[in-house]
Amino acid sequence: MEVSSAASQAVPRARQSGRRLVWIGKGLLWLIAAFALVILVRDFVRDPALFVQIVISGLQLGFVYALIALGYTMVYGIVKLINFAHGDVFMVGSFVSFYAVTRFQLHTWPAAVFPSLPQTWVVLIGSTSVVLLSMVVCAVMAVTIERTAYKPLRDAPRIAALITAIGVSFFLEFFGALGFVFSPRFIPYQRPFDVVTWYFHQGFYKVQPGQSPPDNSVTFSNIFLLIIAASVLMQLLLQFLVRHTKIGKAMRAASFDKPTSRLMGINVDAIISFTFAIGAAFAGLGGVLYAIAYSSIWTQLGILPGLKAFVAAVLGGIGSIPGAFVGALIMGQAEALTMGYISTPMRDAVAFAILILVLLIRPTGIFGEPEKEKA
Amino acid sequence: MDINFAFLVISIAKIAAIIGWVYGITWAIGQPSRWVKVAGIVGAFGIVQLAISVPIGGSPILSDFDTGLLFEACAMAMVVLGLNFIYGFNGQFSLGQWAFYGIGAYTAADITYRWINGDAKGLIVVGFGVALEALMIWAVYNFLRRYQGVPVLSAFTLYLLGSVGVGAVAMLIGRGVSPLLAPLFGSTAAPGILASGLALQVVYCLAVLLAGALAAEVSFLFGLPVLSLGSDYFGIATLGFVIVVDTLMINSDTILPFPEMKGGRGMIGIPKLTTWFWAFAFLLAIVVVMRNIIHSSTGRAVMSVREDETAAKVMGIDIANYKLLSFVIGSLFAGIGGAVYAHFIGFLSPGTFDFLVSFNPLIIVVFGGLGSMTGSLAASFGWMFFLEGFLRVILGQLGTEAPTWRFVLYPISLLLLMLLRPKGLLGSVEWGFLRAPLAPMRQHEPAKLAVQPAAGEEISINRPG
Repeated sequence: MEVSSAASQAVPRARQSGRRLVWIGKGLLWLIAAFALVILVRDFVRDPALFVQIVISGLQLGFVYALIALGYTMVYGIVKLINFAHGDVFMVGSFVSFYAVTRFQLHTWPAAVFPSLPQTWVVLIGSTSVVLLSMVVCAVMAVTIERTAYKPLRDAPRIAALITAIGVSFFLEFFGALGFVFSPRFIPYQRPFDVVTWYFHQGFYKVQPGQSPPDNSVTFSNIFLLIIAASVLMQLLLQFLVRHTKIGKAMRAASFDKPTSRLMGINVDAIISFTFAIGAAFAGLGGVLYAIAYSSIWTQLGILPGLKAFVAAVLGGIGSIPGAFVGALIMGQAEALTMGYISTPMRDAVAFAILILVLLIRPTGIFGEPEKEKA
Repeated sequence: MDINFAFLVISIAKIAAIIGWVYGITWAIGQPSRWVKVAGIVGAFGIVQLAISVPIGGSPILSDFDTGLLFEACAMAMVVLGLNFIYGFNGQFSLGQWAFYGIGAYTAADITYRWINGDAKGLIVVGFGVALEALMIWAVYNFLRRYQGVPVLSAFTLYLLGSVGVGAVAMLIGRGVSPLLAPLFGSTAAPGILASGLALQVVYCLAVLLAGALAAEVSFLFGLPVLSLGSDYFGIATLGFVIVVDTLMINSDTILPFPEMKGGRGMIGIPKLTTWFWAFAFLLAIVVVMRNIIHSSTGRAVMSVREDETAAKVMGIDIANYKLLSFVIGSLFAGIGGAVYAHFIGFLSPGTFDFLVSFNPLIIVVFGGLGSMTGSLAASFGWMFFLEGFLRVILGQLGTEAPTWRFVLYPISLLLLMLLRPKGLLGSVEWGFLRAPLAPMRQHEPAKLAVQPAAGEEISINRPG
């Protein structure tokens, strides 16, 4: 080849260090950042109420993404697998709650069993039981998937497991789209409780039925509060589980070094199954909340939220639980602001642009620590 | 609930025949005699052409439906070969080939669509754009070679700015030159020289090649930052690319300035220029080019990156460059495949390039066998005729709901394949000339080799980028 002959004929010129060109790439980044900042400040000054409204919708999205991202980050942390089917577990969660509410009226069981219970408690207990059912179904399904599809490939190349995960994801989507399963249509989702909306306009007021909030006011609903409460609660629960319980310690050990933790008497397979179950339960909760918030479900519901939650997990530092949370909030904001101020179709583009930028600038993410290279 | 058994038997015979045809042509080209090669190519071309055009007992052997499947299989084979080059031979898990397929399809369709409407702007803008972009990439590459260890982001910024400039220049050239050519198209009453059928064929051929080149250049720009990520991150990023490109296609008349593409409604009125000759010629060219690359020192370097990156680096192989090279070549093939597809179907809709469909090439590659060109070819033809042709019709006879079961069967078969036979159906089998050629008679010079054992072919200095 000409390169080898050139190398042998003449001593190559001393090449300058490419570090001198760092400013070009950094300049591009600063330019993008400055551009985004200018747009945001301009839009904030132009209409603060609209801006806050968009931020609220971004928060709502971000907290749902956080629930999905937790599953991605835990599973990736422990088996180094991008669990592509996680988004479809999320979809199944929303469908389980749909059937529980619409077909079987599960959310009304406290009223049937304890007729004297006040309405608030009926709604609260009924909705919680729907959510719990979704979480349990998702957890069982994820453990089944893990045992049948992923476990035999644990020592195979990572991409083989990823292809299997893609296969599982497709199976769930298209099997769900069969007529006798979920049907391929968009299905309107019936909420287990009524939506109450408040607005902020020199003080908090409740929006009465048939009345619309005044101009320049910021509205938010009980769904928004519910999503934040559930997401934060689960985050705290998971932190406690991972940091302060024995099984959490085992999870951390298994994600750090599987062979050694096996030698220490940890049943790594059980821990992995447990991780899948926990992640899927959170995804199931996220699915219910997503369906409640956006009130329309179909079998391909989970793909894009799943991918974006994965991006959020990468952004926060994959393997890190607070990282997934923070990353998901940033993703939610980025998406909502893009939808509000740039263009709605480009919301997906922004998510993947963020992924690429993060992996280029700081591959370990915001909270991630430099990872040792593993085969 | 009655299955047409004659159809079943004929379909299986057709699938067997097409696989046998693939075997035959690879065998013939693999023969040492030049005459056998030429006869094999002409015969393989002619026998299908006869089956398409000559009616036997009222209808040709390959009906219109079968011919469509055949062309689609050719286009699919091009994408699949490209993906196999990237994933099977170089080990980079790309889910994004479908986007390059779409880019190629829309580019070529736009060129010929404008051309038959008396507008040479598409051809001129894309032609100059592709040429100038290649020049720009060459210039920036040589500039960056002066530096060692250039950050990826900086290199990408330079290429990106260059591309923006090139795009603007190409648009200006197109705006300036295309009115000059307008009189040559003539009117509908008196067609000019550029409106003739021959000119259209030439434009078609150029459009296909330009579409491939554009897809390759886009993949260069995209692959430069993204290939430095880990393999599974690369997969997700390329999947994101498919989603973004699909979004842009849906909004091609609002976000992008291409009203003739008609956004989500789909682009109609594309001239149906892909004949069996063109489909065969482009596929054959791609197969030969890819086979020759694989059995060259470049191909061995590409494969060494797959086997062990660290070892390849130690041997002096510039990993980043070879990853980029294989990605660009694979995307070139995908772009050509898209262009061929666009011109036989005559209608492009963004739904065709949806990211759910984008997993089909991956499934075919895995089925055929990673790192096996034979597997890719056979699986592409087999897949089209079996799943799209045979199964669709057979399941259609079982009931209205049954065809959707196809989409359940794909992932199940993929799962079973990954669990039971991860090598793919054909593993690393190669037929005929796709096999590694015998080493040419060469005089070994052991003394010289002993003196400089390190001076192999693969030594290359660590280039930036």
